This record gives sequence, C-alpha cells and structure tokens, in this order.
Amino acid sequence: MEATLAKEAKQNIKGGAFLIESSDAASVYTPEQQNEEQKMFQQMAREFVQKEVHPHVIRIDKGDHDLVVDLLNKAGELGILGASLPEEYGGMGVNFNTDSYLSEEIGQSNSFGVAVAAHTGIGTLPILYYGTEEQKQKYLPGLATGQLKAAYCLTEPGSGSDALAAKTKATLSEDGSHYVIEGQKMWITNSGFADIFIVFAQVDGDKFTGFIVPAESENISLGAEEDKLGIKGSSTRQVFFQGVKVPAENLLGEIGKGHKIAFNVLNIGRYKLCAMVTGGSKAVTTNAIKYANEREQFKTAIANFGAIQHKLANMGIRTWISESATYRTSGLINDRIEDLKETGMSGWEAKLVAAEDYAVECAILKVLGSEVLDYCVDENVQVHGGNGFSEEYPAARAFRDARINRIFEGTNEINRLLAVGMLLRKAMKNELDLFTPAKAIQKELTSVPSFGQNGTIGFLASEMKAVETAKKAILLVAGAAAQKFMKDIDKEQEIMMFAADMLIEVFAAESGILRAQRIAADQGEEAAALYADIAKVYLNETLENVHSNGKEAVMAFAEGDEMKFMLMGLKRFTKAEPFNTVAARRRIAKKLVDNNEYCL
Amino acid sequence: MKYLVCISKVPDTTTKIEFTDNNSKFNESNVQWIINPTDEWYALVRAIELKEANGGTVTVINVGGAENDQVIRKALAIGADNAVRVNADPSDAYFVASQIAAHAKAEGYDLIFTGKETINYNGFVVGGMLAELLDMPYISLAAKLTANGDTYEVTREIEGGEEVLEVSGACVISCQKGMAEQRIPNMRGIMSARTKPLTVVEASAEAPLTEVVSYTSPPARSDVKLVDADNVEELVKLLHEEAKVI
Ligand SMILES: Cc1cc2nc3c(=O)[nH]c(=O)nc-3n(C[C@H](O)[C@H](O)[C@H](O)COP(=O)(O)OP(=O)(O)OC[C@H]3O[C@@H](n4cnc5c(N)ncnc54)[C@H](O)[C@@H]3O)c2cc1C
Repeated sequence: MEATLAKEAKQNIKGGAFLIESSDAASVYTPEQQNEEQKMFQQMAREFVQKEVHPHVIRIDKGDHDLVVDLLNKAGELGILGASLPEEYGGMGVNFNTDSYLSEEIGQSNSFGVAVAAHTGIGTLPILYYGTEEQKQKYLPGLATGQLKAAYCLTEPGSGSDALAAKTKATLSEDGSHYVIEGQKMWITNSGFADIFIVFAQVDGDKFTGFIVPAESENISLGAEEDKLGIKGSSTRQVFFQGVKVPAENLLGEIGKGHKIAFNVLNIGRYKLCAMVTGGSKAVTTNAIKYANEREQFKTAIANFGAIQHKLANMGIRTWISESATYRTSGLINDRIEDLKETGMSGWEAKLVAAEDYAVECAILKVLGSEVLDYCVDENVQVHGGNGFSEEYPAARAFRDARINRIFEGTNEINRLLAVGMLLRKAMKNELDLFTPAKAIQKELTSVPSFGQNGTIGFLASEMKAVETAKKAILLVAGAAAQKFMKDIDKEQEIMMFAADMLIEVFAAESGILRAQRIAADQGEEAAALYADIAKVYLNETLENVHSNGKEAVMAFAEGDEMKFMLMGLKRFTKAEPFNTVAARRRIAKKLVDNNEYCL
Repeated sequence: MKYLVCISKVPDTTTKIEFTDNNSKFNESNVQWIINPTDEWYALVRAIELKEANGGTVTVINVGGAENDQVIRKALAIGADNAVRVNADPSDAYFVASQIAAHAKAEGYDLIFTGKETINYNGFVVGGMLAELLDMPYISLAAKLTANGDTYEVTREIEGGEEVLEVSGACVISCQKGMAEQRIPNMRGIMSARTKPLTVVEASAEAPLTEVVSYTSPPARSDVKLVDADNVEELVKLLHEEAKVI
C-alpha cells in the first residue's frame, strides 16, 4: 500500500479510493480558498436569509405558504434558484464549489431551506439531466427564476426506502398521444404550491419511469398538510393522481429508466444536504455560544464552566470537520467536472457523471453532516437548559427541524448500506482494488510489527499516519467479512453498518487533518495550531470508534484464533498517541467563547 | 444625469472594538468590513433608482487603499456603473471631502449623495464640507427625494416633524432612513461587478486638518440592581447615593 500512496499523491483520487490511497494536502480543496466573488455570493445569500427569512420564521412555521412562495420568488430574483443551472437555460452557471457556499447559507433558513432544496434539487435536476432539449427550454428558465415551482413525487404510502416498488401506474393511450397516471404519492415537499410535479410511475406494470406532470392537470388532488415534528413551514402533502392525462412528450428520459433519474439526482442531493446542514450546524453552534456567554449561574457565565466548554468545543469541532469533508468532496467533484468538460462533455452531463463517481463520498457526507447537526441541536438544547425546552427560544425549533435530515434523501441506514455496498461493488467490478491491500494487511499482521514512526516528520504527519493505519482496520474487517459472506454480505446489515461507521469516521478525520495541513502550508503552523487541536481531538475519537465498531463486527462473524488474530490487528491499527483532549477542547472553546460565535 | 455617491468603508456592526498604538488607532485585524449602511441602503440605492427612472450614470467614490476594492465591488454589484478610488488613507473628514471635491470638480456631477453619517466615526461633516468646497447647496438628513428635471423636492426630518425643501441644479444631499430600501445585490450584479470600471486615482496634495490623539472605550456596564416596585425609598436612596443622579 505504501508504494501506491506516494505515486497517487499528486492527483485527485477517484471516488471511494480514499480508503486505499492517501491524499495530498496541497491538492485538497478547503473553504480557505474561497475567492472574492464566491465570498460576495455567499454574503448575498446570508443577507437574504438574515433580512428576508429569519424575521418570518414563526409565520413560516405556522404554515404561511404564500410567504414561502414570495420568498422563493425573491430567491429566484437574486439568482439563488438558478445558481447552478447553465446560463443557456436562464441559470447563473456557477461552479460546484460556489454552489456549496450558497447551500451553506440557505441551510440556515429552517423550513424555507427545505423548500429551496426540494425545488432546486430533486425538483429541477431531473429535467436538467434527463429532459429533452424541448423540455429543458420549456421548463428550466422558469425553474431558474422561480416563476415555476417544482416538487418531486417518488415516495408512496407503501414504498419509501424501497422506492422502485412504487405502485403508481402510467398507461399509454391507444392513440399514443398521452399517458394516464393513476396512483398516490406521499410526503411530497412543495406540493401545496408546485407548478410541476416530477412523478415516477410504472409503465406496463414494471417499467419504472419518470414524467413531468403540470400541477394544473385535471384529476390531481392534494391531501391535507401533514402535521409534522419539524420543518412545519415546509409544505408536505399527499398527491393523488386519479386518471391524470399527461401528454406523451412529457415522458422524462427513457421508459424503464426512471431508477437512473431517481438515484443520480440523489447523489447531488445528498452532497447538497451535507453542505446545507453544515451551515445549520454553524448557526446552531453560534446560538449555543451566545447563550452560554449571556446566561449566568452561580454568579458567572455558564460559558465559564468546563462541562459547557466541552459541549461548545465538540459542536465546533464536529461542525468544522463536517465542513472540511464537505468542501474536500466539493473540490473533488468540481475538479472532475472541469476535467470532463475538457473532454468535450457538457457541463450538466459532467456534473452528473462526477457526482456518480463520488457517490460513496456523497452517501458518507449525508450521514456525517446530518448526524453532526443532530449532535449540535441536541447539545444546544442542553446548553439552554429549561429555555432549550421552550418554543420562545430558537433552540427548540432547530432541534425539531434538524431531525428530518436523517430521514429524507435516503435514510441514514440506507446511506450507510449504500456507502459500503457501493465500495464492495466497485471492488468486485475491479474498479477499485480493495482486495490486494486487504491481503497485504493480513500478511502484515503475521509479520513483526514495526513500532517506529518512520515518515512521520511534518505537520500532523503522525496523525495522518494514524488515519492511514485506521484504514487498514477497515480493510481488515470488511475484507474478511466479504470473503466470508461473499455475495450474501448484503444480508449482514449489522456488519455493513459497523463498516459504514468506520468508513465515515475515517473519511471525516482525514478531511480534517488534510485541511489543517493545508492551512499550515498556506498560512503557517501558528495559524494552524487550533485546527491541529481540532483534528487531533477528532482523530482520537475516530480511533476509538473504529476500534469499537470493528471489534463488534469481528466478534459477530469470526471465531477462535481467527477472531483473536483480527482483534489483535484492530488494536494495532487503531493505536492512538496520548493527547490531552481536555486541554485542547478548552483552547477551542476559548476561541469560540471569545468570539461569541462559530469562528473556526 | 450624472450621479456621484460617496461611500465609506466601516467595520461590521458586530465588530469587537479595540485600539492599538497607545489608544490612538483602531485595531483593524480580523475586522469584517462593510459599506457604511446609510451610504449603501439610502444614498446608493436612491441614486440607482433615479438612474433607472431617468437614465444616466451612477459613480461611486471612496477614499482609501486597495483593500477597499472589496466593498467598492459590492457597490458595483448593487448597481453603480463605475467606481473611483482615491488612493490615500482617509485620515480626516476635511481630507476626504477635499479629495472627493477635486474629483467632482473635474467630472461635473448633477447630484452628489452621501450617507447621513458613518457608523464608525459619526462625523456628519463630509457632505457639508464637500458642498462648500464645490460651492453647491447642501441638504442634510434627507428622508425623501423626488426629481423633476433638475429640480428636487427633498423632505428632511426635523425635531417633531418634517420639512420640505426645493432645490435646483447640482447639490449635495446626505441621506437617511426613508430615502430608499436596502437592495441585496443579485448574482448577475455580482458577476457584472467584476468587469465594471474601477479607476484608481492618486490623492491631491491636501493635508488633513485634524489628528486623532486617543480613543477611550465607554466604561464597562456595571451590574444591574433590581429594586422591588413597591420599594420607592430604596430606589431614591440608590439613585441619590450610588448612581448620584438625583
Ligand atoms: C418531511 C418529509 C419530506 C419528504 N419529501 C419528499 C419528497 O419531496 N419527495 C419524495 O418522493 N419523498 C419525500 N419524502 C419521503 C422520504 O424520502 C421517505 O420518508 C424516506 O425515503 C423513508 O421512507 P419511509 O418513510 O417509507 O420509511 P421506510 O422505508 O419504511 O423506513 C423505515 C425504517 O426502516 C429502515 N429501512 C428501510 N429499508 C431498509 C433496509 N433495506 N435495510 C435497513 N433498514 C431499512 C429505514 O432506514 C427506517 O429507519 C419526505 C419525507 C418527509 C418526512
């Protein structure tokens, strides 16, 4: 493995390859590289959210969908809705990284953010990726400005995670002029005001197919607004199609290829969800810091208590890590898009292919980002004490609103299974050679261990080495499990879940170290000192988690000497250097408390 | 019509204010800079509205170093057509006014806008000085302006009411709330700001008239004492003996 590491270091690595290759800090994208124009775009989105959305959160939450529509129109005027659409269809044509900065800001707008995400993502992208030229000309300019609002109808009462089992039917009329759609969709975001629905239905019984259905079509009706736990201001209803006639030219993509639309759109959706919730985590962390600075108990601000500092630091650390992983992936996808465009591919096609290349990372990010946000909103409630339990403070709303992110765009269970499943599939298809390094690791374990820290000179070099070594733990466990269960590994979900957690943690920890190294290289080691603290605290937790998840997995499928051998290997591969995490968290908390906001 | 809008760069309102050099300089490190709010929200937006209604060009001018280009670009993104930056440290109000006046004299503007005051030094005087240097009428604290050719009806807020003035020909107006609504620049505006002309000119040989000797922060607020609503005696005693206000 070491040899491949050096050789590949200068290039952007392929999707999923982070598990077997190392990345070079000099080529990793970080938010510190934001350019002046991106800063202005982000500032614009921030002003919009702070001035136009925040003052109305309560009204929005009470179900004022007209206001949501007005705000969507305003977002459209500003260019936010069409930001990533090509200019020839009325969009702004900004690149992938720029779009990430916008998502982060929109992610701080509670229910309204969900309306924007559903419209620009699952609502608009199917047409961009799979529409005919006529369909694109007809719909995209309106979607870019917000003149048309979109909703996406995939889920049904009987089919959620198992989306392809949808029962909604589309039958071609005898003269071939139109389809008749019959069925029921559920949990449809933006359905209350959408102008067009992207609908998935079975043609000829089992050919899963997409359609563009104008909301004004006859025989469409809506259920009542769902009474939800959170994002109460987002319109979510059932949509009934009772003999809805749709012109044949509204077929989206090919008959029987609807799954491609549904899944490919989700890759981008998962990435974007992570960018949005990372923005949310920043806002929530700021909320907790401000409260902790204001609230006094025992004659001092609660921010002065170690227990509170521990929480604030952890919120900051995880948010920063989630941000690092987000922009690292953003940069990879962005670069891949540019490379593909150079080969003559159109921008939108390149985006589709690039996101598919990094589908493993997108699934990882979806889980990571949404769980970091959930950690933050939970601790924010705790920092607020009783006030955290009151609707008078924003902590309660943030707590409720965050929860949906672990459910939609593929539940976190589904995304965990996908992340590991896709990696294994890449290995079986020989797209990614996981088996050679996995075998090498088994061999390494039977040889005398090297305790030296060779090659660990440099900023966070031994931490990076620890991450590389932790990857071996994943390969050890996943490799052995794959060998044991072969194709039936899919049925061993608990093991897949443990492997997924190991994978997510390692990707996150590595992203943090790379970013801190990059900051050290660009701004000096002193400027990077606090980031090194963050990376080290996170790494410490990662190694513990990789060890405990690996252990549980191994004990589930190995026995006797083989088990002992693997447990010994796991221990060796997750060894952490002693590090005073308490002191580090205090330094991180001090910075946050002094600045009275998330400032990492 | 040629409109000139004077914009100043100020620290964001949430900035922590600290001083260096023996309390004679504002500590600029880690400061988030913005366009002075009344310059941006009222002066600039009203000028753009007039241009949109009647045609013409909107020029923004700023006195400052290259680090100010970032806020100048924002003014261009909001809708100004071009910008001029006088490359000098804006050391005092007279210096700034004289630099702007030198430019305005050469260019000949029909209407010159400033914000009511800057939120950092609160001097209130650049507009008035500028008008004097250009020998133009000056109307301060304008909350409304309607144009009829080159005659303007300007509403000012005065103590307890309003005052409506009429002025003809080139003049300087300082703007406050009511004049216009803040505009968030749209993405197209931001993209076009990149290519709009930003001319840098060297400062003329004026010297500042004043020099900052030192700044002092307001004293930290002491703890609040809550006095029971019924306990008037205690309140009077505290106001007399501790607060020493009665
Ligand atoms: C507020 C909101 C907005 C939504 N917006 C939209 C929208 O705009 N358009 C749209 O089409 N859909 C939308 N959805 C639907 C959403 O995508 C689904 O709820 C989600 O995919 C889960 O499906 P389900 O609810 O049927 O749960 P189920 O699939 O029944 O899942 C229940 C539990 O079982 C687990 N599970 C399911 N399958 C497996 C498996 N194979 N292995 C292991 N665990 C499994 C899940 O992880 C979950 O924990 C929305 C949902 C909500 C709540």
